[in-house]
Amino acid sequence: MPMVNIAGKEVEVDEEGYLVDLSQWNEDIAKYMAVEEKVDLTDSHWEVVNFLREYYAEYQIAPAVRVLTKAIGKKLGPEKGNNKYLYELFPYGPAKQACKIAGLPKPTGCI
Amino acid sequence: MSEMDDMDDGSGIIKKFMFLNRKAPHGTVYALEGLEVVLITAAFDQDVSMVFTDDGVYQLIKGVDTKGIEVKDFSRTYRALEGYDIEKLYVDQKSMDARGLTEEDLIVDVTVLSVDEMANLMAEQDVVISF
Repeated sequence: MPMVNIAGKEVEVDEEGYLVDLSQWNEDIAKYMAVEEKVDLTDSHWEVVNFLREYYAEYQIAPAVRVLTKAIGKKLGPEKGNNKYLYELFPYGPAKQACKIAGLPKPTGCI
Repeated sequence: MSEMDDMDDGSGIIKKFMFLNRKAPHGTVYALEGLEVVLITAAFDQDVSMVFTDDGVYQLIKGVDTKGIEVKDFSRTYRALEGYDIEKLYVDQKSMDARGLTEEDLIVDVTVLSVDEMANLMAEQDVVISF
């Protein structure tokens, strides 16, 4: 699998650019992935990225977008737990892009 | 007839899917693959239930540590099922008894069914898929 150099560290990614070993994840990697995805990281983006990392730590999976939306609504409120808000932050799919930035595998059932 | 129109392209039909889990969580790939299939099925808005019987009841056991066998502990993923609207989880009483397990040993809330109750539930299903 391809290796990329991120902030002086060799990191292995899969053919779609997702981090292979999520224990390697750090903020530099998140920023690198964000550039790859053409996402300009703001606090709102970080909120979703950090939420995903917590979700993964608890359940050991990356959630499907429908599940992510619902879970964010529950935790951060309905103004954030909706497709419009999340797609504005991550235009190419909140589950897909935010997971990549968070260093998680591609969500199960993500088509 | 409106009922016929609704069925034209097959969308909007909700079938009862039962996923039957009979194998221990590790050693084969059945449990993990079965769980992934269930998570994917959840996206299609079907009526999904999961049954754990025989060694399959071990999939739900609390306090698993998989470090020694160097595989992912996916037992915690069963706790995510609620978020996927999969809330019908059944275990077989006899399988639990044979292994000295009670509901308190399990990581999620389940309904314990007798053999007869399980047979009735299976008879109601449109599709039963066994892992």
